[in-house]
Amino acid sequence: MSPLLLLILLPLAASLLIMIGANPRRTAIVAALLNLVLSVLLFARYDLHAGGWQFLSEWHVLPNLGINLSLGADGLSMTMLLLSTLVTLSALWVAPKIEKREGLYYVCLLFISAGVIGAFSTLDVLFLYSFHELALIPTFILIGVWGSGDRQAAAWKATIYLGGASFVLLIGIISLYLSLPSGMRTFDLRQLDHLALSGTFHPASWIYLLLLVGFGTLVSLFPFHSWAPPAYACAPTPAAMLHSGVLKKFGLYGLIRICLPLFPEAIQQFNALLVLMLIGNILYIGYVTVAQKRLDWTIGYSSVMHMGYIFLGLASLTVMGINGAALLMFAHGLSVAAAFALCGEIRRRTGTLDYSELGGLGKVTPVLGLLFGFAAMASVGLPGFANFAGEILVFFGATVSSIYGPLMVVAIIIGVWGVVVSAIYMLRAYRHIFWGPIAQRWESLTDIAPTAKWSVILLLVPLMIAGFYPQIILNMVGTILPR
Amino acid sequence: MNVSTIAWITLSAPILAAALILLVTRKSKPLAAGLAILSALITCAGGWILFSRGATGDFLGFNWVDLGASFQIPIGIALDPLSRTMLVIVTTIAPLVFIYSIGYMKDEEGYWRYFAGLALFLFSMLGIVLANNLVMMFIFWELVGVSSYILIGHYFRKDSAADAAKQAFLVNRIGDFGFMLGILLFWISTGTFSFSALNSSAGVFVQHPALLGVACVLIFCGTVGKSAQFPLHVWLPNSMEGPTPVSSLLHAATMVAAGVYLLARIFPILSASPGACEVVAWTGAITALGAGILATQQDDIKGILAYSTISQLGYMVTGAGLAVSAALPMFHLFTHAFFKCLLFLTAGSVILGMHHEQNIWKMGGLLKKMPVTFITYCCGMLALSGCPFFSGHYSKDLIMACSWEHHRGIFWVVVIAAGLTPFYMTRQAMVVFFGKARTEHSEHAHESPLVMIIPLILLAIPAVCAGYAPVEHFFFHEIGSLAEPEVPSFVPTIFMAAFLAGLGLAFLIYRNVEKDPVRIPFLAQRFYIDDLYFWIVRVIQGGFARLCSFIDRWFIDGILVQGSATFIWTIGFALRFLQLGNIQAYAFFFGAGVIGLIYLILNVR
Repeated sequence: MSPLLLLILLPLAASLLIMIGANPRRTAIVAALLNLVLSVLLFARYDLHAGGWQFLSEWHVLPNLGINLSLGADGLSMTMLLLSTLVTLSALWVAPKIEKREGLYYVCLLFISAGVIGAFSTLDVLFLYSFHELALIPTFILIGVWGSGDRQAAAWKATIYLGGASFVLLIGIISLYLSLPSGMRTFDLRQLDHLALSGTFHPASWIYLLLLVGFGTLVSLFPFHSWAPPAYACAPTPAAMLHSGVLKKFGLYGLIRICLPLFPEAIQQFNALLVLMLIGNILYIGYVTVAQKRLDWTIGYSSVMHMGYIFLGLASLTVMGINGAALLMFAHGLSVAAAFALCGEIRRRTGTLDYSELGGLGKVTPVLGLLFGFAAMASVGLPGFANFAGEILVFFGATVSSIYGPLMVVAIIIGVWGVVVSAIYMLRAYRHIFWGPIAQRWESLTDIAPTAKWSVILLLVPLMIAGFYPQIILNMVGTILPR
Repeated sequence: MNVSTIAWITLSAPILAAALILLVTRKSKPLAAGLAILSALITCAGGWILFSRGATGDFLGFNWVDLGASFQIPIGIALDPLSRTMLVIVTTIAPLVFIYSIGYMKDEEGYWRYFAGLALFLFSMLGIVLANNLVMMFIFWELVGVSSYILIGHYFRKDSAADAAKQAFLVNRIGDFGFMLGILLFWISTGTFSFSALNSSAGVFVQHPALLGVACVLIFCGTVGKSAQFPLHVWLPNSMEGPTPVSSLLHAATMVAAGVYLLARIFPILSASPGACEVVAWTGAITALGAGILATQQDDIKGILAYSTISQLGYMVTGAGLAVSAALPMFHLFTHAFFKCLLFLTAGSVILGMHHEQNIWKMGGLLKKMPVTFITYCCGMLALSGCPFFSGHYSKDLIMACSWEHHRGIFWVVVIAAGLTPFYMTRQAMVVFFGKARTEHSEHAHESPLVMIIPLILLAIPAVCAGYAPVEHFFFHEIGSLAEPEVPSFVPTIFMAAFLAGLGLAFLIYRNVEKDPVRIPFLAQRFYIDDLYFWIVRVIQGGFARLCSFIDRWFIDGILVQGSATFIWTIGFALRFLQLGNIQAYAFFFGAGVIGLIYLILNVR
């Protein structure tokens, strides 16, 4: 059997077992652990020298329409698969005791996992899209049923917003398909790339706009971002981790995978628009983040802000920038998942994430404080974490393309300034929660439990490995780019 | 062992120690301290071996980023006269401070955290010293910033310490904003960021002197942040919230000098841009004068030293801006590192003897109670004041003489600052050590334990001798010329007059006083610069942030999103009879709808 299919089927099989009565938590974690081991093996087995698509397999679904379930992975998808399995295991592991419908809870999480793994390992655009939907729907359910705060409103907003985006995206994909000459129509990425490279296929640039808006909304590109912070604030911790860490990266993955090769001219044409939007992400959202008064909203907005850097790498259209963007996708996925995991741990202890109520927790929860310090520093872009390596590559890439116009220069200056802004809000959060005198009511808090501790360490260790030696990831993602 | 192995061991020993302390020895105080001190001693041995062998060369470790031939970021060690001398300074002072810390931190909480922070700092500092390119230096530059953050915030439960740590990190980041842009600008102009290639790239800029000037000034922003130059100096006095050995090692002797080291590193390219040098020299001179003025009205024993550090860093920066020789700022950095480290450690000894009292007006008459501390203090104090036969005299006079030669305007500014130094140091000495004991604590003050005294004595030796000609020649003859410029004979007289005037005036004013006879609120309040920054952060930045937040909540989300959602909701009202009350049902229909839609589009042609 294809190893990639196994990656997709394992979480689904675990869901099935849970539905027929297996212990939900144990089954889910075992499946996630197997998946992680498998993806690490695949990551190690991927032949860097040969590059290209590997572990290929194909099942015909509607061959006359050019729709096949074809699986395969290149360096970029391998990296994203590794990210997915890491965050999945961590998210399942850190999940607290569930009182209400525990089985469904884990099934939803496993479906998200299966969906993202499917999306990152398929070569077929239509399946890419469908796998993403498979992951998206359980997210809404998780927010709506197990969320906290104003969960119904948040779930509705995210559903309408992301549903709308998916719809736009679908129209874009279908239009792309239909713009191929009849008889050559296909959803297969390899053939699409081939057609684009050979110069026989020039899809209209408005299709690119549809895809940009669709993918962009999924990634919370300014000004299509306002679904994200409330959804993350209300979502149960594992759902926030999986969505912000992995599922959100689907939009970026789609842009790299579909738009970069197929729309070289349209991208140039609309690049100024993209740069303007990403400036909104970095500068405007950066300052919105500074104004937040609660940790969950701070992290939610910060994850919107950091998407700006990934877009900057993409918009630079340089090898460095795109490498940096891919590295940042990996790094941000791990660091934001760790931040949400710890945020959930704080909320479970204190019942509040309001800065004005917290303070001095470092005294009673030193390990939690230490781990949060690591996550915060990763998010701030401190060297030693992969986030820094990604950001710096993005800056170098953008600098190369800055010779094309002053707008890029502005974007670089704002981007570098954004590093200061992200330090402002992360250090403020740390200061308000863990430092300062402790209030009497928090004196009896207990430190982080071993399960939660190790599930966060599971995220931080690869983040630091990739930070000390980014080539581990860059060698992989480099296979999709010209050297 | 060959040179490169020794260099790599020297660099990596402290980070191994830090990792071990964090992962293994959190429970054990002696092990944590022992590991840190062991690593510091290893770096000390490594540093001296490399120096004595005159190790030279560029040793590539690995390519941290390698995107083919077009773009690589190497991690490599550059050994040359400049980095060797700096290496010796850092690795000589660090073990002394580490050992001193055993005594000072004996009864403190978070022992392992403290020593892990020190080891992390040493690693990062050595990275800055040994880096062979700008990006690698920036990496370690940031790591130094975070170790400083950890160490200033050691007493994190105190609001003041927590705020000071945050401020130090953020202000440094503002400087690094310019530093990063400078790296990018240099790279896009010259295609390199290795120091050796960069320093020989002046030819690239012959047609674009302004570009070179801008790039140099941007890099200099990093110095302004790290070396606490005006207008980013505010963090350094507040960083005194950290434990005193930290103030001594990081915020006086080594870390803050990293900015000056950076200027020395890029000296050949910096001195090719007269405009940038002018900016650098004036920034340094203004800082030297302004901080000197502020130091005269501080009441905290460490606060006075902090402002004097800023002032002396201003001298070094001026020295770099005079574009004479890279050795000029480095020489003052060298002497300053020893006597300022010493001064802080004696201040720490006083503070410990005074049961953590830091206000000089609550001390007095400590001369008899702490004799060793007093004598070593005097060595440091006279060196800092520029007294003849003490190290600071030689290095500072050289900078002033060069400024006479090259820049008359700056000369007068630094001469006034040179008169202020003996003034505020004599004030401090008079109030702390002479006169009557002013409080209970100062009556019962006691000399510090041996583990603290020995480093004081060891540091007092270089504080006196580090400026003598043979020492200077030994450490600096390879870096650049330190020949005394030809100046008219009245110039040295001016220095001497400034020194004696400051000393004498302070002696007259502060002899046998109970309270400070001079009170100038404008100076005691630090020119109100801190208040101005606080206002900017709170009102302007905070206001802008709240405005953005308001727009996001009420316009983008409120009107655009909710509005269109309401619009869609109204259209979809008809669907109400399907009783789409809950989210699962919606999700199901959503999925079903998507599949239906795909079917329709694919089949209806």
